[in-house]
Amino acid sequence: MDIIYTLWLRSMKRYLRSKSRIVGSLGMPVFFLLALGFGLNSVVQIPGSTGENYIQFLVPGIIAMSVLFTSVFSGIMIIWDKQFGFLKETLVAPVSRLEIMLGQTVGGATTAVIQGAFILVLSLLIGISIPSLYGFLIAFLFMVLIGICFSAFGIAIASKMEDMHGFQLIMNFVVFPIFGLSGALFPIESLPEWVIPLTLLNPLTYGVEGIRYGLLGTSAIHPFVCLAALGASTVVMIVIGAFLFRKASL
Amino acid sequence: MTAIVVDKLTKRFGDLTAVDCISFEIKEGEIFGLLGPNGAGKTTTISMLSTLLEPTSGRALVNGIDISKDQDGVRKSIGIVFQDQSLDEELTAWENMDFHGRLYRIPKATREERIDEMLRLVELEDRKDSLVKTYSGGMRRRLEIARGLLHEPAVLFLDEPTLGLDPQTRNHLWEYILTLNRNKGITIILTTHYMDEADRLCDRVAIIDRGRIVAMDTPANLKSMVGEDVVTVLSPDSKRIAEEITAPWIVGAEQYDGQVTIRLRSAEDHLLELLSLIGRDGYTIASISIRKPTLEDVFLHYTGREMRQEEAGAADRMRMMMPRRN
Repeated sequence: MDIIYTLWLRSMKRYLRSKSRIVGSLGMPVFFLLALGFGLNSVVQIPGSTGENYIQFLVPGIIAMSVLFTSVFSGIMIIWDKQFGFLKETLVAPVSRLEIMLGQTVGGATTAVIQGAFILVLSLLIGISIPSLYGFLIAFLFMVLIGICFSAFGIAIASKMEDMHGFQLIMNFVVFPIFGLSGALFPIESLPEWVIPLTLLNPLTYGVEGIRYGLLGTSAIHPFVCLAALGASTVVMIVIGAFLFRKASL
Repeated sequence: MTAIVVDKLTKRFGDLTAVDCISFEIKEGEIFGLLGPNGAGKTTTISMLSTLLEPTSGRALVNGIDISKDQDGVRKSIGIVFQDQSLDEELTAWENMDFHGRLYRIPKATREERIDEMLRLVELEDRKDSLVKTYSGGMRRRLEIARGLLHEPAVLFLDEPTLGLDPQTRNHLWEYILTLNRNKGITIILTTHYMDEADRLCDRVAIIDRGRIVAMDTPANLKSMVGEDVVTVLSPDSKRIAEEITAPWIVGAEQYDGQVTIRLRSAEDHLLELLSLIGRDGYTIASISIRKPTLEDVFLHYTGREMRQEEAGAADRMRMMMPRRN
């Protein structure tokens, strides 16, 4: 436990010192929220909605997006440690690779949830109605799960990557599709029929719907199904990440 | 007591045998050097001894612990300073030390006390709260040594400790290493491709080339083995000079790259004779120099190549193979 805490502590110190990273990674979600939210608010009518407008529909999606991007990025940060040699210092210590991997995951998830919370607060400022405390906690739980799941995913990818050259590739061909196929921007039902199975295989879908249930009180997928599906995905992702990180060479 | 026992240790990467059946023993409190050009297998050996790489075959004990059987046991009893920097630049020196202390599960009170003690030892206590990215190369090296010692290891590994440092910093660092060894009795195994470094620091040196140990002894013995003095003659006829030159006081002659290295006893007394020997056969001499033998000559003697050349060649090969890495 203290080893996981040690790695978490390092992540936090680094995170709090990198002001540009904090602000930089808020840029895109905020842009999406404002541009799409206000731009499409009066144009888009959510089919079958119970009266919420598009910007309300969008907020949970953008929170999930923020958590997703930050967590994948935090996981992939292990490559920097590899390139700057710091990973060796960790690996030569009398600790198991599982502890290192878990510490890195928890650290990444924490920064990701903080980033997501920024968006949540921001959306309150632009006039999203405040749900109950209970709803907040549900949304928070799903943010944590998305954070852990995709930090582990980032570590799994980083374990297979040699250097940062593949980063853009991963962002464009893996992370963006995960975001796009999650129902973050539009209701799942309105997608073409052949895309829906892909969406249902995507762990982020359950995260988005779970946060939506917490904040709006309605979701396309039952919240327990969301919790079960995302929880299971998180466990699987940790196992894969731990396995690949254990096999990763220096 | 024996600090390290290495028995027929071998590492292969596909077709390449990086370390080829090497064996040696290091006594407790000794400074032992692995000297050789880049790509000779020094870092691979260190990586195996520090459990970062698994040996293909062979056995090694570090502080009495088998490197293949009890990795955590070995890790606890060693400190290591890697060839490439391994500090977190976004953290302060103190935080880097603290991170290390926590990883080695040193209790808080002892940890903080030892961090301060170690930072004092390497004279970094004034800068302990500065981010490492503001440190110079020499300060980083010192911090890494302090960190490697934080958990009181029995053996300290230094992989090319002064690579890329200026001469003044190198001298300074050598003093630290010698003081550590003398005051704390810590066993040190270091790799280097600097002859003077091995000569100055090491009690014993193993010369390693292409994965094999070609010679191992104290620097003084190694040097006396190759003869007393060395005369280097630069000549277009170097090959024939090397083949033909003989005299009772000449121990041997080797030739490479337009130079003849003649090993002889008391060069000062025989210089005129030597010149006339070469001149008599009608060979020209472009330049001539006399010096006492160095470990460079030992390397040349055992491998037939000059180490500096080899080093440049190896570095070029590395660059071609790995364009992505710094």
